[in-house]
Amino acid sequence: MIPPAFEYTRPTSVDEAVRTLADGGEDAKVLAGGQSLLPLLRLRLAFPELVVDVGRIPELRGIREDEGTLVIGAMTTHHDVVRDPRVRRHAGLLAAATATVADPAVRHRGTLGGSLAHADPAGDLPAVILALDATLVAVGPGGRRSIPAREFFVDYLQTALRPDELLVQVEIPARDDWGFHYEKFQRVAQAWAVVGVAALVRRDDGRIAEARIGLTNMGSTPLRAEAAEEALTGATAVGAVRRAAETAADGTRPSSDPSASPEYRAHLARVLTRRAVLAAAGMG
Amino acid sequence: MTRISVKVDGTTYEDEVEPRLLLIHYLRDRLGLTGTPIGCDTSNCGACTVDLDGETVKSCSVLAVQADSGEVTTVQGLARDGEWHPLQKAFHERHALQCGYCTPGMIMAARDLLRENPAPDPQEVREALEGNLCRCTGYQNIVRAVLAASGQEATT
Repeated sequence: MIPPAFEYTRPTSVDEAVRTLADGGEDAKVLAGGQSLLPLLRLRLAFPELVVDVGRIPELRGIREDEGTLVIGAMTTHHDVVRDPRVRRHAGLLAAATATVADPAVRHRGTLGGSLAHADPAGDLPAVILALDATLVAVGPGGRRSIPAREFFVDYLQTALRPDELLVQVEIPARDDWGFHYEKFQRVAQAWAVVGVAALVRRDDGRIAEARIGLTNMGSTPLRAEAAEEALTGATAVGAVRRAAETAADGTRPSSDPSASPEYRAHLARVLTRRAVLAAAGMG
Repeated sequence: MTRISVKVDGTTYEDEVEPRLLLIHYLRDRLGLTGTPIGCDTSNCGACTVDLDGETVKSCSVLAVQADSGEVTTVQGLARDGEWHPLQKAFHERHALQCGYCTPGMIMAARDLLRENPAPDPQEVREALEGNLCRCTGYQNIVRAVLAASGQEATT
């Protein structure tokens, strides 16, 4: 399968990339690691006139700490995220979930920013970023702006990024002492999640003081299981976690596809939330 | 057309390519390096796995222009002085192939694993090869061959 023809440009700075995107308008598409875009091009599901390859912009790569915040460049690969000791220490949930993305060769090319900007609700990282209350930083012709994860994912494959904006970094508040677990249900090893649950739990004196639950593939965007988060607050025993997890699918509208019906996805959300929270809280 | 310069299996090539040309098509159709097969063409099967700048990639999911000024190693570049690479030898000796279609990708993925983890356990081998499908389902011998190439005798 051969992609449709397109013009190609490879800017070497964020400023140049943003100018190129502004000139290209709606027909320009950013190429990050290409692990989602290239399959779309080959299947002729995308027809950009201009592909802007941001793979050679050094300022978009790398991981650093900044006063309690982990700052990850948009073009940092999954492979680098998984291996980075700072990510493991401050955002273990992200490292654990990223290690389950696709397979090693795809993780060598795929990037954190690319998978977030692609905004596939079946992708693992959008729900994780939502659970981590991260902030996404975009640069456009008008300058930089910060977008909270809750406002970033707008609809299926749609984000708050404007056509002339480039996602440049992701800022994650450090949660060193929170328990975490990403529980994914998939048909085969490298398949998309049928449903996934990202759980973050802060324990205090044997009870769950706070919980954050991100849901993968339970709607057209990643979602927070807010009812379950509330019900988990104060939970001290496995029974309370079980009851709270029963609310995990409340308010969701999961899709139907050959892998699962909406009812089955709702069932999975409840079961996987129970497992993920028990593992995150060390109660499993 | 875009001008690229790529080193493949030790030889540097300068070419004009269409931006939409996939790396796998560049290797096979332009350079004649047909040792790397195209399997699923949907980035699932891993048959087209090659090394790009020291890391495995699925060459059906990389544009040739993205490899510009890079260094590619295919399965055809592994032998040294007429001697097979230890993984090639191990796959041969342990009967780690039936039809052989997945073999180039399996060897490249296994080589990537052993660079990072020279003495993997069987589970680590299986996880490292999760992006490579063998439709003959000959996985047992593939895992044994990778362990043998790492100097470990398989006990599974």
